[in-house]
Amino acid sequence: MDNPAAGRILPDMTKTTAKTHQTDIVIVGGGLNGSALALGLAHIGLHVTIIDTLPAPTRALSDFDGRSYALAHASMRLLRGLGLWDAVADTAQPMLEIKVTDGRAGEGPSPWMLHFDHAEIEEGPMGFMVEDRHLRRALLSAMDETDRITQVNGQTVSTQSQGAVTLTSGEVITAKLIIGADGRASGTATRAGIKRTGWGYGQTAIVCAVAHEKPHGGIAHQFFMPAGPLAILPLTDNRCSIVWSETDTRAKDIMAMDDNAFLDALRPAFGDFLGDITLTGKRFSYPLGLTLANRFIADRVALVGDAAHGVHPIAGQGLNAGLRDIAAMIDVLQDAKSRGEDIGSDAVLARYEEWRRFDTATLAIATDTFNRLFSNDNPLVRAVRDAGMGLLNAAPGLRRTFIREAAGLTGDLPSLMRA
Amino acid sequence: MQNAQTTVDPGEIAKFEAMAAEWWDLEGKFKPLHMLNPTRLDYITSQIAAEFDRDLTTDAPFAGLRILDIGCGGGLLCEPMARLGADVVGADAAERNIPVAMVHAEQSGLTIDYRHTTAEDMAAAGEQFDIVLNMEVVEHVADPLSYLTACQQLLKPGGLHICSTINRNPKSFAMAIVGAEYVMRWLPKGTHEWNKFITPDELFDLMEQAGLNPVDRKGFKFDFLGWSWSISDRDLSVNYVTAALKPEGQ
Repeated sequence: MDNPAAGRILPDMTKTTAKTHQTDIVIVGGGLNGSALALGLAHIGLHVTIIDTLPAPTRALSDFDGRSYALAHASMRLLRGLGLWDAVADTAQPMLEIKVTDGRAGEGPSPWMLHFDHAEIEEGPMGFMVEDRHLRRALLSAMDETDRITQVNGQTVSTQSQGAVTLTSGEVITAKLIIGADGRASGTATRAGIKRTGWGYGQTAIVCAVAHEKPHGGIAHQFFMPAGPLAILPLTDNRCSIVWSETDTRAKDIMAMDDNAFLDALRPAFGDFLGDITLTGKRFSYPLGLTLANRFIADRVALVGDAAHGVHPIAGQGLNAGLRDIAAMIDVLQDAKSRGEDIGSDAVLARYEEWRRFDTATLAIATDTFNRLFSNDNPLVRAVRDAGMGLLNAAPGLRRTFIREAAGLTGDLPSLMRA
Repeated sequence: MQNAQTTVDPGEIAKFEAMAAEWWDLEGKFKPLHMLNPTRLDYITSQIAAEFDRDLTTDAPFAGLRILDIGCGGGLLCEPMARLGADVVGADAAERNIPVAMVHAEQSGLTIDYRHTTAEDMAAAGEQFDIVLNMEVVEHVADPLSYLTACQQLLKPGGLHICSTINRNPKSFAMAIVGAEYVMRWLPKGTHEWNKFITPDELFDLMEQAGLNPVDRKGFKFDFLGWSWSISDRDLSVNYVTAALKPEGQ
């Protein structure tokens, strides 16, 4: 796509210049989920048009901006299956161990600590930390090289009907299926009449990266603080990604601080086990909430990722759940295509929804419960969860189950996520 | 209008005519067929791909193949075959199915030649196909041997005949008639007559008498826990499917 320069199209010209083009699948939302899905569908021989509201993104490697993702082992397999893993593998940090500590600022961690070591499962690391800039560039380059993908940037969908979208430019795109990968406030879902259920947590996640003196050894840490969890996730080159959940008001104060004051506020919770810390890249903040679409499908419409299910990032499972939607969607549509079925029909879409709905509802309930259980300073709740963690630590079988769950290796795995 | 329906019981046609408008309703009277359809298609597409050396991951893998679907109903098999690139004729002895199927094919943007006719009439007219699909029909005809002979005549030499039906034993009686018609009410009462059911061995015999070489048989098995169908190598106790070839040089 050329730079669409939407502002240059005169309003009275939109009608006369309106074009129609036809494709198999329209994906609304060009983020990580939408892009990965476009590539997967092109791989199975479908023609895809992917629409994003942002202008044509740059393919140049930008500076590190502080954003990164915890990719579960199964998600790495999906990227590998899509031919993307080689482009990010060198810059990915394997997560070898996860340590979970119940802590209160100023008191240090409680004696109860959970320890998950990848050596307990045969598949390898539980996951990998991947920087947003590397992953995004790999996805964009791969889409550029794929003939079956048409990228439409700087455009919004203005109307949507059964198997067609109209863009703000007036262009009409018809497709057998419209897939909403447009996030928590999914316009695709709203236009399809799909309602949502959810609530806010009164918590905000502050996301940034720090450089530190001592090596992290590939260990991810999760400290459960009364206000919300603090995750310290290993990146390459003695850096860690921080996901720090705080109450909304406290997070607002923290975000307003300058970098030095911010680090002073972080240090007591972070501790000194990695030596001194310095900020690298920007700080981001996201209000936390749960939002589940009541249906994942409608007439020639399907939702993936946060558009279907936005969960608490407590277990770092948001992107992984989205990628699992994508792997499942690819399987369902590949089967349907090779049978000659109508890929946008209710019969086909129902298989996707059935596959993903139970899984994601379970994830939503689990993260919600975890957060309520751990973002809590009640001594009784604290005693119960400490006992639970001690029990889990003493039971290798149960612990392995947790590790495999964190690695995304449990349940009915889509083919791209199998070994 | 053609009336030479030599092997179709008039009473049977009336039953299906009453159900024709419901063909494409996933939750309607044909729900069990819609549930079975992906599994039937898996079998049909893989048999055709193997026999005619086609790659199902390509676009229009069945291009150049002429397929006849006998008892096409609303087009549940014809449409997928057309989408895979085949040149498809759908035949049904129930006249009311034809407009239903035609309207739906047009909505789907597919070109399918739907005809109100029978296998016997088409064979008499000298029509020939690469593949004849004969799914869930043979248990409803009055004279299976004469019907299968017509199917054989409709095949080009080396052509593929795929035929599914229901076994005859106490279990199939319980599942197909008591279960599907009376308990689950999936099918209207009286859809099936148990004494017309055919065992796999009987069907293989009939096909050989009709000049077809049976090459494969598999079960379509319903899993009550997973509430879904699958293909089974061993369990042909209720629904089953067969593949047969017309010998070259006939």
